[in-house]
Amino acid sequence: MNCREFTEFLMAYLDGELPEETRSTFDFHLHGCQSCVNYMESYQATVALGRAACSEDAPMPDDVPEALVEAILAARRK
Amino acid sequence: MSAAGAPFALPPEDAALLAQLRAGEGAAYELWVRASAPRMLRVARRFMRNEQDAQDVVQDAFLLAFRHLASFDGSARLSTWLHRIAVNAALMKLRSKRRHPEESIDERLPRFHADGQHEHAPTAWAARGDAAVESSELRKAVRAAIDELPELYRDVLLLRDIEELTTEEAAVALGITVAALKTRLHRARLALRERLDDLMRELGGSPE
Repeated sequence: MNCREFTEFLMAYLDGELPEETRSTFDFHLHGCQSCVNYMESYQATVALGRAACSEDAPMPDDVPEALVEAILAARRK
Repeated sequence: MSAAGAPFALPPEDAALLAQLRAGEGAAYELWVRASAPRMLRVARRFMRNEQDAQDVVQDAFLLAFRHLASFDGSARLSTWLHRIAVNAALMKLRSKRRHPEESIDERLPRFHADGQHEHAPTAWAARGDAAVESSELRKAVRAAIDELPELYRDVLLLRDIEELTTEEAAVALGITVAALKTRLHRARLALRERLDDLMRELGGSPE
């Protein structure tokens, strides 16, 4: 197990999709590799950041063109 | 989707609106469109790189919704149903526009030495994701970084990590296998992580 292999299967590792034996190899590598600990944490933070940046709390557009609304309503009346 | 064992009950305000829509009340349609359009446009803009395309998606989605109102089964809120229709309309639009060959993501992925060690040893990010994202500048930078991903990878990331579709749902929506979807999602995340790396390590000062 090296860092490249760890990175390649990181998602499967985090999703609990690796067989037990392989998982133990990953755990062992993590214990001795601070680089991969950092990498894994930043990978998880990337997912969280993406979600938060696009979340429902993100600002709602206040620039819906009136023409768009009118076009939608007109198309319904057809 | 409802919690296990507890069937979803359509809130009274949705039921009332639905009855008015099904009765063909013009005022109800206008209210619904005006109230929902900002949310629809926000979803559409996430997927479409061009403003006109985003507006087309909103229009397509509303027309699809009007057409399928009769078959709406009340198993989710009207707003959730409409949101899903917007995502589907965006995917349809993307499929119709995808003409150029698939862009490679390889050069955006982390690099390793021949012995499998990282070329650049990853260091800890100084700021935690949830705290960092309170900065509107950073939110903007993250959205821009997602938008810069090659299209097919960006779409997978949007569907799984942002829209939170299941792996199977996202695979069906994109017409690819579950295995292909997982590979693309992982690569999209790796590429996004590389892109955000400098930004996040700078935030709050260097850990060294």
